[in-house]
Amino acid sequence: MKIAVCIKQVPNSEARLRLSRDGRWLDEEDLPFIVNESDEYALEEGLRLAERTGGEVVVFSLGPERVREALRKALALGAARAVHLADPAFAGGDALATGRALAAAVGREAFDLVLTGSQSDDAGFGATGSVIAGHLGWPHVWLVMGVELEPAEGKPASARVTREMESGVNEVSRVALPAVLAIQAGINHPRYASLKGIMQAKKKEIAVLSPADLGLDPGELGAAGSRLEVLSVAFPAAGEGAQILEGDAKTATAALVEKLRQEARVL
Amino acid sequence: MTAQEGQAGQDGQAGPAGQDGGPAGRGRRIWVVPQLRDGRVTRVSWEAVAAARRLAGALAGSAAPAPLRPVRVDAVLLGSGLDAAASEVARREVAAVLVADHPALASYTPGAWIGVLAPAIDAERPDYVLFPHTYQTVDFVPRLAQRAGTGLLPEVTGFAAGGEPAGGDGLVWTRPVLGGKLQATVRVRGAGTVLVSVQSGSFQADAPPQAAADADAGAKLRPLAVDPSQARPDREILGYEEAAAQQVDLTKAGVIVAVGRGVGGADKLGPIEELARALGAEIGASRPVIDSGWLPRERQIGSSGQTVSPRLYIAAGISGAIQHLVGMKGSAVIVAINKDPSAPIFSVARYGLVGDLHELVPALTAAVKAARG
Repeated sequence: MKIAVCIKQVPNSEARLRLSRDGRWLDEEDLPFIVNESDEYALEEGLRLAERTGGEVVVFSLGPERVREALRKALALGAARAVHLADPAFAGGDALATGRALAAAVGREAFDLVLTGSQSDDAGFGATGSVIAGHLGWPHVWLVMGVELEPAEGKPASARVTREMESGVNEVSRVALPAVLAIQAGINHPRYASLKGIMQAKKKEIAVLSPADLGLDPGELGAAGSRLEVLSVAFPAAGEGAQILEGDAKTATAALVEKLRQEARVL
Repeated sequence: MTAQEGQAGQDGQAGPAGQDGGPAGRGRRIWVVPQLRDGRVTRVSWEAVAAARRLAGALAGSAAPAPLRPVRVDAVLLGSGLDAAASEVARREVAAVLVADHPALASYTPGAWIGVLAPAIDAERPDYVLFPHTYQTVDFVPRLAQRAGTGLLPEVTGFAAGGEPAGGDGLVWTRPVLGGKLQATVRVRGAGTVLVSVQSGSFQADAPPQAAADADAGAKLRPLAVDPSQARPDREILGYEEAAAQQVDLTKAGVIVAVGRGVGGADKLGPIEELARALGAEIGASRPVIDSGWLPRERQIGSSGQTVSPRLYIAAGISGAIQHLVGMKGSAVIVAINKDPSAPIFSVARYGLVGDLHELVPALTAAVKAARG
């Protein structure tokens, strides 16, 4: 079975974050980037399904030059080849513009399944998978915690999908293939790249696509094609409301216990 | 900016003062789509209703060239057997409750919900459609935006009638990014409907009205002007199951010590367990700890785990992503221990310790033991 996995490269939010000069996003100089967490789980799920069915994974990503690093990592983990939506016209898009571009890229080939992560750790729209599905006219499920393929006449025809709901309840449903599944972190245990995989990845293809390749007008892509515009970002007021107890570990914790006993009266 | 000019059915600022401009002959309009669970309107849906009312107030007072006029708020309800829920919503401050009550809508699927809402939005072109931000609405609202050709603004925590440059109606919105480490201020450019989902806990729900409101409630009910049989389920619901056998009921715990990714590994939980023992506390965790397999899923606190409100909640190495905060911010006293002083967890905490938890947690255990003699 042929599986597309869409991954995003996001800032490592554990790193020291500085705002960009225009205040609209982070200063990306020296900012480390990683593969979005739930996308790593989506890739692992895709690799497992491909291995089980004797198929292959093609990995897609949209972004600037640095995104090649994320694609190379996916290739090292076992994806057969990669597609990079690399044009500046793709940049700065909201979920609808980015989904439009990815759907056009995925739609150039015949896939049985498209997997995405459930949500990006930076913008956090949670929308890419279902927007792709809308363009392709396929069913989708968001926040997938389990996938079982159901074969008919020797090939996968549908999938039994477990979707996480609030309050610890899961929905179990059957969707016809092809479909788009947005994978929740925790569905599996992602593998590590082997040395052999890393060596092989160097020889694998990373195709580069432009808006023209996709038959899309740059005006409907990226920032130009987006209604949502970020005006500024800011750190929430640090420690707003919290009394920070100062001093070394012994002094600070003793002060905390005193507060919890005398002021909050919870100990 | 005159975002609404030239759009059929939407007079906004376009028409002459005091006169409805569009073919539909009406003023601006907001829809709010409450979500039901077991036939009842959920708490976060009431917050979305309150957000819709406040949005109406902001829109009525904004956009200088437009005449001041009320902005209409209608609720839209989808499901099967909606009499009780529809009456409950009609008692609130909404102009009408537009009801799509049909057996085809007995179970939620994106295909069914979009099949009803997309043509309704196409026909009526409300300025905004508000949803509670839930796992269900994230499942279908983006695709509804794609299908109906609307704007999409997920997970807002607030709005303001902003200074320039604001959106066409003068509004700027806030939403968390990078898991709440940053707050973004955004606007929506251009004309046409915008779908907005409202983050839980961001707007205070209005108190339920007095019984006197009942008399008018029935008059507010009307069918949504679409054919509900257009609902096209795109997944076959096989059933619902408990995600994990819930052997640990954290909701009854008086004290909880919760750990996050910052603890660093399953082999580093010993000092956390000692602190919990000293306090007589249960141990909880944020999602990354569970996903990494360091603690069982029954210990998960947050939107996909348990919602807790102990008298004391100690969060160690938890940065405070919104998904975690919604599960614990009702705790009476919250203590945050984190090396990053800008971590969002400090914004809900009453007390904070900034530093290495591997040093602070054993020190806190010793301090607790010392205080208890």
